[in-house]
Amino acid sequence: MPQDATPKDTPLHNAVQVKGRAYPIIDHAYDVVVVGAGGSGLRAVVGCSEAGLRTACITKVFPTRSHTVAAQGGIAAALGNMGPDDWRWHMYDTVKGSDWLGDQDAIEYLCRNAPEAVYELEHWGVPFSRDDNGKILQRAFGGMTTDFGKGQAKRTCAAADRTGHAMLHTMYGQALRHSAEFFIEYFAIDLIMDDEGRCRGVIALSMEDGSLHRFRAHQVILATGGYGRAYFSCTSAHICTGDGNAMVLRAGLPLQDMEFVQFHPTGVYGAGVLITEGARGEGGFLRNAEGEKFMERYAPSAKDLASRDVVSRAITIEIREGRGVGPDKDHIHLHLSHLEPDLLAERLPGITDLARIFAGVDVREKPIPVLPTAHYNMGGIPTNMHGEVISPKDGDPDAIVPGLMALGEAACVSVHGANRLGSNSLIDLVVFGRAAALRCAEIVKKDGAIPELPKGAGESAIERLDRFRYADGGTPTAALRLRMQKTMQRDCAVFRTQKVLKEGVKAIRAVWDDAADIHVTDRSLIWNTDLIETLEFDNLISQSAVTVAGALAREESRGAHAREDFPKRDDAKWMKHTLSWADYGTHEVRLEYRPVHSFTLSNEIAYIQPKERVY
Amino acid sequence: MVQFTLPKNSRVKKGKAWNPPPEGTQVGRWREYRVYRFDPETGENPRVDTYWVDMEDCGPMVLDALIWIKNKIDPTLTFRRSCREGVCGSCSMNIAGTNTLACTMHADDAKGAIPIYPLPHMPVIKDLVPDMTQFFAQLRSIEPWLKTDSPTPQKEWRQSHEERAKLDGLYECILCACCSTACPSYWWNGDRYLGPAILLQADRWVEDSRDERTGERLDDLEDPFRLYRCHTILNCTKACPKGLNPAAAIASLKRKLVERAE
Repeated sequence: MPQDATPKDTPLHNAVQVKGRAYPIIDHAYDVVVVGAGGSGLRAVVGCSEAGLRTACITKVFPTRSHTVAAQGGIAAALGNMGPDDWRWHMYDTVKGSDWLGDQDAIEYLCRNAPEAVYELEHWGVPFSRDDNGKILQRAFGGMTTDFGKGQAKRTCAAADRTGHAMLHTMYGQALRHSAEFFIEYFAIDLIMDDEGRCRGVIALSMEDGSLHRFRAHQVILATGGYGRAYFSCTSAHICTGDGNAMVLRAGLPLQDMEFVQFHPTGVYGAGVLITEGARGEGGFLRNAEGEKFMERYAPSAKDLASRDVVSRAITIEIREGRGVGPDKDHIHLHLSHLEPDLLAERLPGITDLARIFAGVDVREKPIPVLPTAHYNMGGIPTNMHGEVISPKDGDPDAIVPGLMALGEAACVSVHGANRLGSNSLIDLVVFGRAAALRCAEIVKKDGAIPELPKGAGESAIERLDRFRYADGGTPTAALRLRMQKTMQRDCAVFRTQKVLKEGVKAIRAVWDDAADIHVTDRSLIWNTDLIETLEFDNLISQSAVTVAGALAREESRGAHAREDFPKRDDAKWMKHTLSWADYGTHEVRLEYRPVHSFTLSNEIAYIQPKERVY
Repeated sequence: MVQFTLPKNSRVKKGKAWNPPPEGTQVGRWREYRVYRFDPETGENPRVDTYWVDMEDCGPMVLDALIWIKNKIDPTLTFRRSCREGVCGSCSMNIAGTNTLACTMHADDAKGAIPIYPLPHMPVIKDLVPDMTQFFAQLRSIEPWLKTDSPTPQKEWRQSHEERAKLDGLYECILCACCSTACPSYWWNGDRYLGPAILLQADRWVEDSRDERTGERLDDLEDPFRLYRCHTILNCTKACPKGLNPAAAIASLKRKLVERAE
């Protein structure tokens, strides 16, 4: 097919001219359009379909290729299968894990609804591991305690160490059962907003044939995941470029708490692939070059099962003080060889394979070389507990952006605050995916006419696409991306200081400015991954900019944001959410703040007062 | 004698040599990759391009090499990739004659120049990207969701260790299609034969102690093509990059049908 040609057999509804090139557009109308087909997107798709809403799901990869598939350890819910448990204890742990930056009403919603959400997954067919009574097996995870911090809880429901895979495949099956319409390998480019600030739809590129598709809808749900690929070394998949976050920034809306980036203590040294915290939950431990189980010094009671931020800092200090292992003393050992081979085979088969393939290690005999690795974005698109996107307006810090929702790692509800507990992300996906679907069922008038789009809707997105498609500068996308990733890795990692962050802000700004010289080689439209990677880079760079800017401004240490020059948490000044806007024209970042909710959802639990966070 | 005429553009031509290694570099440092290229927008025949990868600047896996080529030599090289740890199934392709995942295959496990082609016998969209539409439609056709008739319990369905263990070796499938596209029966009858990957999925739901529609599921498979085109060639089991055994799953389905008939 010649370039710029119209794909065959597609109705030509409209065409946008850019510099004499015609881009035909195919229009679609749905009650709800979900962008992303990971755990939260699929849960929303199923819920909206069940409610009788005409639902479409746009996804840049086949649903089971989404990054949820890589989640290993499990999904947290106070089922109490292995001993007494209570959603209030789960809530306390989550609040403490968040270092009091989480909104307690949303955290209560999460923890109360978690058991029902896990039973629903089981009823859908998720192959959970089982205990001796045939119930769902639950394992220990970091920061999960009983009785408000007194003992170690076993709360994390597991399907061996492939829980995300088991969930995602099962949820895709449910989506098929409900006949939702999927637009697979469609890359969402931008939101369509109207003059009143309402979201009206989204525009996407079909990678298979290069056609452009304009979706109008009552509600657009962004379930586009995190932006781990802003970093050089991350556990995230290549697709984790936070496309929805960047679409929100381009729509002139803020992101929240972007400075909080979780480093997972145990990424495989070199490869960066994840070794689940469940490995330590099942009895694994960390050792330094002196053979010392050093976590005992940093977290005397929780030890290796302290919260992730705590363990990542401990490892970083051990290495910095010369007690790292290996010829360059630049990593740490995770020991599993003392565990029963049967237990490894039944509960940790996946990481046994990963260690063999990526570290050349037989875990039954040798420790795994590990290093803290960028893993999860606590920050994202600010929402309320119904998934509705919020943006302060006329003095209301919780004002809703009509027509737009966000879920999962893309969203900042905020239940994870300054640091997410392991196994709380999978539960976040399904609880809030369901909540958003319930909200859609409530507010979307079934069979109601979907309003026509404003004239010229989506044209700016196509102009942006065309600009990158023919970008003829001197710097390939990969070179700019590498500079950005190295900068984030160097200047915005586990420990931060004003000096380093200032350099980071400057360096990221320079990369963004230099992107004016970007070069795209592939000019085609069918499966042009050079172009897609360029759009993804353009998405990542703005998120990097707001991340370093937020980190520089926040002069305290809280959760994953550890400032060596401000080692204490400062509730008087900083118990507030960072809101950040980025201007795609000027590359300027603007910061504002909004209060953390200091109330719970019901009177079944009182607001948990801030105190010092010790494990 | 039947005469076959292949389409004109089916002949794979010799392509471009992109970056011959610098002279005087030590043996083994540069690895040669011969990669299948097809651009649907030019109408030209597919070709095989040659790239040289500096292994001192590149990670150990074949996927690392492909990304290295895309980043440093030729940004138009097109392939799917996502998790890079063997769990999403995106980067399945034919490497050195074997269907496998580029992300978990060490370049060192192949000798000499490494040829890379798309999964065999699939329509090619571009370069290493096959059209998987039919494969996923077949997945849908086996209705891969739990079906029950008993009233749903308040809490979980109970499942013993033994019952749950029956799902091991089945639920881990990543839908990469390495097995199905290694199967001569699937090459020949891919429109009507479900192929090993989808039959493994079918068996996963048949084996699940919670599922109450086993009979219906077996009815759906009892067909000369959907199931019985399997001729126990076992390429599937040899190909699976996750170490699963689709051939055993198919045998188990066949056995259940026989037992049911008795």
